[in-house]
Amino acid sequence: MLVEELLAAVGWTQQASLTDAASLPVCLLCVSVGGHTTEIMRLMESLSAAYTPRHYVIADTDKMSEDKIVAFEKDRSPFTINRIPRSREVHQSWSSSVVSTLNALRYSLPLLFRLRPDMVLCNGPGTCVPLCIAGLLLGILGMKKVHIVYVESICRVQTLSLTGRILYLLSDYFFVQWCSLRDKYPKAIFLGRLV
Amino acid sequence: MKTVFVTVGTTRFDELIESVTSSEVAQVLKARGYERLVLQVGNGSFVPDAASCAYLSVQAYRFKESIAEDMKQADLVISHAGAGSCLEALGAGRPLLVVVNDKLMDNHQLELARQLHMDHHLLYCTCSTLTETLKNMDLSVLQPFPPGRPEHFANFLDKALGVK
Repeated sequence: MLVEELLAAVGWTQQASLTDAASLPVCLLCVSVGGHTTEIMRLMESLSAAYTPRHYVIADTDKMSEDKIVAFEKDRSPFTINRIPRSREVHQSWSSSVVSTLNALRYSLPLLFRLRPDMVLCNGPGTCVPLCIAGLLLGILGMKKVHIVYVESICRVQTLSLTGRILYLLSDYFFVQWCSLRDKYPKAIFLGRLV
Repeated sequence: MKTVFVTVGTTRFDELIESVTSSEVAQVLKARGYERLVLQVGNGSFVPDAASCAYLSVQAYRFKESIAEDMKQADLVISHAGAGSCLEALGAGRPLLVVVNDKLMDNHQLELARQLHMDHHLLYCTCSTLTETLKNMDLSVLQPFPPGRPEHFANFLDKALGVK
């Protein structure tokens, strides 16, 4: 009884599986400034209208991505824009990165619990790590299976980014765009250059 | 007018801007039929003025909302090794010469420029070899760069997630 009340208090409900014909895949997309945004927009252009609604997540310090997203999704699909604190600045030290990632997790968990996406799609900014961890937690707690989909940037030919190395272990589908990486990371999916 | 467009993206690359406006390089460009030089200097420490080069007509700026027009009108693009700049030039179908900044610490962006060079999509040099490269370059060996295929990603995902 108490357990059920507690679960109801945090909004736990049974979710239909994705293969249920009535449900459409709800997407959570993580975007960041510059090249990452351009790449993820190109991927989004190819996804059918069935992937809806789209919930974009950007770092709170990112000003440019919001305009790009609004311009892209206008007349296309219902979408929302959500902000979380940035997990890590470029060249930030290890120890302070752990602290800032944990801070971002504090925002990511309630966001994922509320949105219950079928899929989290991301391509490299550190912002995506706490989102993917939160997605995995939803699955572990039996609340919702969230498919973690990661596409490594076209810039990565021989080595994975730091985010890539982390998400190689955590993701359900891990895409690389050069065969040299597929050779080094056997779990990776290589379909040629995607963007 | 045959035009060379030089871009450093959002970075700074003073050595490239100095080299490309030097009389040595300008003479080589002139001898190869180029008459106009357009420079996007980003966060560089100086913006060359119209008089900076005796052999070519010069236009320079730091940033623009979009450099697509300058790319389209260029007969040759000289760029730093940034992925965005390279992909934009190749996407516009322009012959591309990438100048690597060997003063920068090892930069993962070089991975892409190196691979694209190996695949014959662009030429590659440093500031110190710029003059020689421009003198001897054969742009006809460059292979067109086909666009990426995001539809392969979409088809895979549709099947994997059972989306109709």
